[in-house]
Amino acid sequence: MSQAKVPAWVNMALIPMLNILLAFLVSGLLILAIGENPVEAAGYLIYGAFGYDEGVGYTLYYATNLIFTGLAVSVAFKGGLFNIGGEGQAYIGGLGVGLICLSLDHTMPFYVIAPLAIIGAAVFGAAWAYIPAYLQARRGSHIVITTIMFNFIASSLMVYLIVNWLKEDGRMAPNSRTFEENAWLPYLHEILSPLGIEIGDSPLNLAFIWALLCCVFVWGLVWHTRWGYQLRTLGTNPTAARYAGIDTAKVTIWAMLISGGLAGFVGLNEIMGVNHSLLLNFTAGYGFAGIAVALMGRNHPIGIILAAMLFGALYQGGAELAFEIPTITPEIVVVIQGLVILFSGALEHMFKDRIEGFFIRRAVA
Amino acid sequence: MFETLILMLDATMRVSTPLLFAALAGLYSERAGIVDIGLEGKILGSAFAAAAAAAVFGSAWVGLIFGILTSVSLAMIHGFACITHRGDHIVSGVAINTIVAGLTVTLSMHWFGMGGQTPALSGDARFMEITFPFAEALRDVPVLGLIYSDMLSGHNILVYLAFLMVPVTYWVVYKTRFGLRLRAVGENPHAVDTAGISVAFIRYRALIVCGILCGLAGAYLSTAHNAGFLKDMSAGKGYMALAALIFGKWRPVPVLFACLLFGFLDAVAIRMQGVVIPGIGEVPVQAIEVLPYVLTVLLLAGFIGKAVGPKAIGRPYVKERA
Repeated sequence: MSQAKVPAWVNMALIPMLNILLAFLVSGLLILAIGENPVEAAGYLIYGAFGYDEGVGYTLYYATNLIFTGLAVSVAFKGGLFNIGGEGQAYIGGLGVGLICLSLDHTMPFYVIAPLAIIGAAVFGAAWAYIPAYLQARRGSHIVITTIMFNFIASSLMVYLIVNWLKEDGRMAPNSRTFEENAWLPYLHEILSPLGIEIGDSPLNLAFIWALLCCVFVWGLVWHTRWGYQLRTLGTNPTAARYAGIDTAKVTIWAMLISGGLAGFVGLNEIMGVNHSLLLNFTAGYGFAGIAVALMGRNHPIGIILAAMLFGALYQGGAELAFEIPTITPEIVVVIQGLVILFSGALEHMFKDRIEGFFIRRAVA
Repeated sequence: MFETLILMLDATMRVSTPLLFAALAGLYSERAGIVDIGLEGKILGSAFAAAAAAAVFGSAWVGLIFGILTSVSLAMIHGFACITHRGDHIVSGVAINTIVAGLTVTLSMHWFGMGGQTPALSGDARFMEITFPFAEALRDVPVLGLIYSDMLSGHNILVYLAFLMVPVTYWVVYKTRFGLRLRAVGENPHAVDTAGISVAFIRYRALIVCGILCGLAGAYLSTAHNAGFLKDMSAGKGYMALAALIFGKWRPVPVLFACLLFGFLDAVAIRMQGVVIPGIGEVPVQAIEVLPYVLTVLLLAGFIGKAVGPKAIGRPYVKERA
């Protein structure tokens, strides 16, 4: 069965659309089962996500986190690695950002802190991915299991560090002191208002721009460098990669380092951009959501931006929906997320083989 | 000192029970070649269904049946994706975990409207403790009396069932025809196929057993160990069971010891809170909490022994290439 005869748009648009439609259909049935009107619910959802300035801002703010984790998952995926540890890497990346901000915000100006915080996020996130990567590449332990274990280890480590070392003195709440304002990433509405562009207040900040730059970086790295070619070869056929003289262990480790670094940038958006202090559980499942984003975005930066926007819209719209229809909880978004993973990930062959078969038969006829 | 130890072992048995059910569930699935990181989701789904049904019907046994049905259905979705449609086992597991995490809260809000909980269970809606005969009378017998009366007696029936499942699993996996085929399907599915046995059917049956055991784990959490369902109450137990399965090298008896070890560490962590050890100082609870995960990573890395899983694990079986 040759892939070449299937038109490109079938694989890039038709099948993902069909999968997402199916996920929405099932979600609609669920809403119907709860006794609410799915069309009305969808209306609130879309209005909440895109209907007004602030809503769009929130949508893009959620999308920022999802772009980072989606890219993280996809870079590893391209090398045939399943990085399920985005959650832990994002958590530790946030630690890197927090430590830089806490130690420099009294002495350094913003333009020194910001690049250092970016490096901090990347280095800490990458460091957390390094051990599972090393163990996979050199000692043959399975990356999925080790990254899962490292999520739990990260979570315990952060509780220990924040509660015992970083907590503000004399306070009960487990978070660090608030950073000085020169360690805050500026909000986009603050940047744009001097230029005469007024947008509503939202947590959307400079990290969004950085996320878009990361997309360009990943696109260049994976599709336009020698290393990217090695990565894709490894992902498509590890045996062939080895015979071609590619140092697969090295590519594996670097892929995970880049993946972990990208996941670490969630800390930039959450810690430096929005919360302005180091706190517990700020990753809130974005690492896992990144899997859905990468699957739906077909592991391509453009796809990931679109998928991240869609999920961002679901997060924001879901909050609006829960406000308008109290019987629906925001958790319904998690269900939709899971359904997307199921249909466009686990059940991807269900339609793919048949549709491709249909187009091949038509091409032959 | 001895009494403290007995109390901790008593706690160990309670904490190990869901791990043991889930790890044995994973054993059936993984020995048949199906990676199952959806243990977590199945436990959570069953915990919710069991608590909800127990609350409505007022019977823990009815709850258990609903819990098992839910968990088996989830296992069948996993099978449909991984066996029938040759999907990625890990992606499917993640999907199941995610769906269940959202669905349990959504449905419990809809049905009970208590912020994602189910009503508190009491009486027949919970599995009650069973006191062994003469437990009170024998308490004063030195050493053995405490072990009998405080450690072994006074658990609910699911605890004993979990421990009973270890020899049963051993027998099924190593001494029956189904067990032989199960192991063969995980190591070399082609050989099984050549012998004229359906690989898919064996794998589906393995997943049904896996679902039943996860159902027991979930029902234990919500109707025996606790009195009702709480949001995200599985709290990583499925993943820890997976770690125990690997730590026990996919074999029933070592898996039992891994579960007991992890359960014991949990009991120690609770006891060590704020305790100062002379010469070391206060050991952070988190350091003990992460030990199961750290030990599993070390084992996987081959630093303490070597864990080698079933050969055909995670690979879909394709009968023949067209």
